[in-house]
Amino acid sequence: MDAALLAQVVLNGLMLGALYACIAAGFSLVWGVLNVIDMLHGSLIILAGYLTCSLWSEWHVHPFAALVPVGLVLGLAGAVLQFVLINRVVRQPVLTTLTLTFGLDMILYNVMNAVFDATPRRVTLDLGRLTFGDVVLPWDRIAAMIVALGLTALLYAVLRGSKLGRAIVAVRMDREAATLMGIRVPRIYALTFGLGAFMAGVCGALLAIVYPVTTNATGQLLGKAFIVCVVGGLGTVPGALAGGLALGVTESLGSHWFGPQAAALLGFALMLVLLVVRPTGLLGRKGYE
Amino acid sequence: MRAWTLPVLAAWIAVLAATPFVGDNYLVKIATFVAFYAALALSWNFIGGLAGYPSFATAAFVGLGSYAGALVQNAGAPIVVAWIAAAGVCAMAAAALGAIVLRLRGHYFAIGSIALVEILSLVASWWSGLTGGGEGLNLAFLPGGPDTIARVFLYAMLGIAVLALVTTVAVTRGRLGFGLRCIAQNEDAAEMVGIPTTRYKMAAFVLSAVFCGAAGAAYASWVAYIAPSDAFSILLTVKVPVMVLLGGAGTVLGPVLGATALVLLEETVWARFLEFHQAILGAVIVALIFFLPGGLLGLAARRRTA
Repeated sequence: MDAALLAQVVLNGLMLGALYACIAAGFSLVWGVLNVIDMLHGSLIILAGYLTCSLWSEWHVHPFAALVPVGLVLGLAGAVLQFVLINRVVRQPVLTTLTLTFGLDMILYNVMNAVFDATPRRVTLDLGRLTFGDVVLPWDRIAAMIVALGLTALLYAVLRGSKLGRAIVAVRMDREAATLMGIRVPRIYALTFGLGAFMAGVCGALLAIVYPVTTNATGQLLGKAFIVCVVGGLGTVPGALAGGLALGVTESLGSHWFGPQAAALLGFALMLVLLVVRPTGLLGRKGYE
Repeated sequence: MRAWTLPVLAAWIAVLAATPFVGDNYLVKIATFVAFYAALALSWNFIGGLAGYPSFATAAFVGLGSYAGALVQNAGAPIVVAWIAAAGVCAMAAAALGAIVLRLRGHYFAIGSIALVEILSLVASWWSGLTGGGEGLNLAFLPGGPDTIARVFLYAMLGIAVLALVTTVAVTRGRLGFGLRCIAQNEDAAEMVGIPTTRYKMAAFVLSAVFCGAAGAAYASWVAYIAPSDAFSILLTVKVPVMVLLGGAGTVLGPVLGATALVLLEETVWARFLEFHQAILGAVIVALIFFLPGGLLGLAARRRTA
């Protein structure tokens, strides 16, 4: 394989990986802090994608302008969902919480299928492309990658620097101690789930720019979040970033050499191997089961 | 086990077995589905109910069993041989995959078990030389009229369910059942008092796969066509634990009760709203978790103590 082709494949992988990192950052936050596997994450992304497409086709709202409003709508919905429903069972075993979020996901998935028809749709921006010799990079993908990386970095900054972020990290470390320090844990849980849903929302808006939006993709997106979380390690933003980029490049190379189905298989195989060899992930720390 | 467990189970078997004599083929079809899901729910109960491991691997073994059975049957073997072979393949696969995923606990085990479904589904669509890929596999229909076929598959499924039931009774009364309950409560403590946790978990996982394999193979022969997306259905992998939770996890009667209730509910109530099938199941799950956390049997127990 010549160098230009290799560079093209790796760069495609990095552009895909940035989106995976952004998807997994929200999922990992919810899992790490609430100890809840958010089976809704894939459907939330697709819901945001549909909203973005509708805003574009009905009112000509530019997807980059729609990014934050769509994210806020989903974030608010997520926070309410957590506060009203999931908080009630949040301390129960994984079987209960996972089954509950799966049940909620079935409802959302079914409603989306009924409201939006299943034909894939996307926002076509056509911003031209950047070329270096034989390597061609479409500008819309580059922009989506930059925004995805920027949002992931922003989440990291919020968790490290803001009062809310410190409260979230405190709850993750020790719920009882955090309560004694005056942190209202149920409210932090709601805000954390809301933050996760916000991340899903912005990812959905970005997804609509670069890939067709269809409910068929919800399971695949959730699967990517699983893999990135396990590969990168749970509950850390840098872990999600490393895992996302690693998965993106692995899939891109795998797809180039063995075909797309084999590439999807490769991702899951990578995850199973890591689960056994290093259950805390590449950058993870022990202690968040 | 409560005193009325065995009479209720005997009555359940008798009612299902009597359906061909009292009703039409539609009723027999429902009875076959009840037996099919009861076999799957009883299987899940070994690992999920008794050992308390949140397994979502049911569809992996149902799918594997249906493909293994279909391939053996298409190679010319009698169908019963194909079903037994499918059960054997699933037992071996569960032993091999269990060695990987049973090292995990809690959330990681749940994710690992879902990954098994995804991986086997991807393999089935990828390895098209063997499995027919996305186009699926066709199986020969059985000779005989629709009445005969309906009866054959009813009694086959019922037979598998009864085998799973007998195994469940034997396990819950023996050392294995005791050990698995200890693991569910506190695995480290169980290990410390000398329960061979690794071996017991493996036994539970293999038991949870064997009957799924046989039931999956019988299902494939029944519908005479399988494809990756139906065989390895994520919906099925959640529906089966939900049935057990609905009945009462870790009990003998619970899985049977839950599977029967959900299939009947599905056929009578929400078969009329096909468009919203999935949403209604989702709503049932949400209601189950908030209003019926101990399942139907838990409800009976609560009423008695009250």
